[in-house]
Amino acid sequence: MLLIHCPYCEMDRPELEFRYGGEAHIARPADPMATSDETWAEHLYFRSNPRGLHAERWRHISGCGRFFNCLRDTVSDRIVTTYKAGEARPEIDRGAA
Amino acid sequence: MKFSALSVFTQGLGGNQGWPEQWRSPEPKSAYDAIIVGAGGHGLATAYYMAKEHGMRNIAVLEKGWLGGGNTGRNTTIVRSNYLWEESEGIYEHAMKLWAGLAHELNYNVMYSPRGVMMLAHNIHDVQVFKRHVHANRLAGIDNEWLTAEQAKDFCPLLNIEKNIRYPVIGASLQRRGGTARHDAVAWGYARGADRLGVDIIQNCEVTGIRRDASGAVSGVETSKGFIATRRIGVVVAGNTSVVMAMAGVRMPLESYPLQALVSEPVKPMMPCVVMSNTVHAYMSQSDKGEMVIGAGTDAYTSYSQTGGLHIATHTLDAICELFPAVRRLRMLRSWGGIVDVTPDRSPIIGTTPVPGLFVNCGWGTGGFKATPGSGHVFADLVARGEPNAIAAPFTMDRFRTGRLIDEAAAAAVAH
Ligand SMILES: Cc1cc2nc3c(=O)[nH]c(=O)nc-3n(C[C@H](O)[C@H](O)[C@H](O)COP(=O)(O)OP(=O)(O)OC[C@H]3O[C@@H](n4cnc5c(N)ncnc54)[C@H](O)[C@@H]3O)c2cc1C
Ligand SMILES: [Zn+2]
Repeated sequence: MLLIHCPYCEMDRPELEFRYGGEAHIARPADPMATSDETWAEHLYFRSNPRGLHAERWRHISGCGRFFNCLRDTVSDRIVTTYKAGEARPEIDRGAA
Repeated sequence: MKFSALSVFTQGLGGNQGWPEQWRSPEPKSAYDAIIVGAGGHGLATAYYMAKEHGMRNIAVLEKGWLGGGNTGRNTTIVRSNYLWEESEGIYEHAMKLWAGLAHELNYNVMYSPRGVMMLAHNIHDVQVFKRHVHANRLAGIDNEWLTAEQAKDFCPLLNIEKNIRYPVIGASLQRRGGTARHDAVAWGYARGADRLGVDIIQNCEVTGIRRDASGAVSGVETSKGFIATRRIGVVVAGNTSVVMAMAGVRMPLESYPLQALVSEPVKPMMPCVVMSNTVHAYMSQSDKGEMVIGAGTDAYTSYSQTGGLHIATHTLDAICELFPAVRRLRMLRSWGGIVDVTPDRSPIIGTTPVPGLFVNCGWGTGGFKATPGSGHVFADLVARGEPNAIAAPFTMDRFRTGRLIDEAAAAAVAH
């Protein structure tokens, strides 16, 4: 089980308090009517699914209830850092994991 | 050497010291007509049918670890074909028909055992969904029947149908032709069969790059054993598909999750069939060795760790103890995880890719073991001929653009 640091509550809490929210930093196309099928498919279904650092959303569902982002190494499952929604992905390479 | 009553007898006389190796361990040649990446059951079956039915003998299967060491050797071996949509019925039933004759075809005992797969309903939604499946399957000529809770208990006496548990059993669907097969034997049988037809199976050979020529078409693979030239590559690497396809610049509609299973200490035969429950996240069967084979759920997050969280397995054991009180005091012997590649609609992807010469067979997620013979059979056809046959055609990657999804989430979310 992961131990996750909520950047809002500023506490390390067990994974069971959180809900996973999928890959982070995926923006919905701004103008739906002008968006091609390819772009919609990419937005809805295609994911980077990396073997290494993954930026992902979590929600502190049994705590503050807020969404935040997390950088995790998908091979070791080690969490490198968590950061608030709306902040840019920190520039950290995998070596830091 | 062919397996027969006579060969088993005569080898027994010699203390079983005279059995030859089941397959060679060749070094890679500098070039092949086609290369299959991944020696799981699906990759090995693909190579076998390419050699047998399409006469392609100058081919290789490259495996980064040992053959059958991926999800093929880690799964809970449930075989069934009662999926909802016609497209799925097409491919899973194709596999089901091949299972019936597979041991004979391969001259290898794959221990296919059609002991029945029962899926439990615990609420009205389950009842509606399963009855819909029963009707859809029967219209397609696939056996699946509805049982009351009492009939379910007749079929599996271990089952607890008391009303005082958290999620009482209120009915079940049963596919009698469903059952189990021996996972390792499936990989070994196909490996032996392919090897005899001249296929080079190269273990400990990781593909690290896909080389393309000026036109964009594939020209070979970089591996831990050097460069190997080829014009046709079939990628069959389950949880690692996104990683391998990225080597050719192709993004996939996939996410990789850990999925776990565990087995108990072995006991005398007591569990006559496979029982699964999507609602309480548990399923169980008994192996021929006597272990209870128990499947848990996936972790919430993507991972390549090949282990899952302990709370996932614990949750499953809670449910198992309620459904099968008789096994409460069994000790668990081993638990492990595999990495499953999950598509948005829980159906596989079998198809061509934007890169000429590159084919992919993936997205079998939590439930592809049952499809092994059928998947290999249609993918061999695709790699050999360059275009999908009628069974494979609906499973293109393009369906995520057109929106023509094959939604099997109800059949496959937790279930296998
Ligand atoms: C715990 C668990 C329980 C399951 N239970 C069931 C079940 O009851 N019924 C069912 O139908 N299905 C079940 N499944 C799903 C099933 O196991 C898979 O869908 C199926 O085995 C996939 O077969 P495969 O041959 O495609 O993949 P694999 O057997 O995983 O083979 C892929 C191979 O590719 C190799 N590879 C990866 N990357 C590279 C590379 N770069 N170079 C070379 N080789 C590479 C891997 O080492 C691996 O051996 C379960 C899965 C798990 C994990
Ligand atoms: Zn919080």
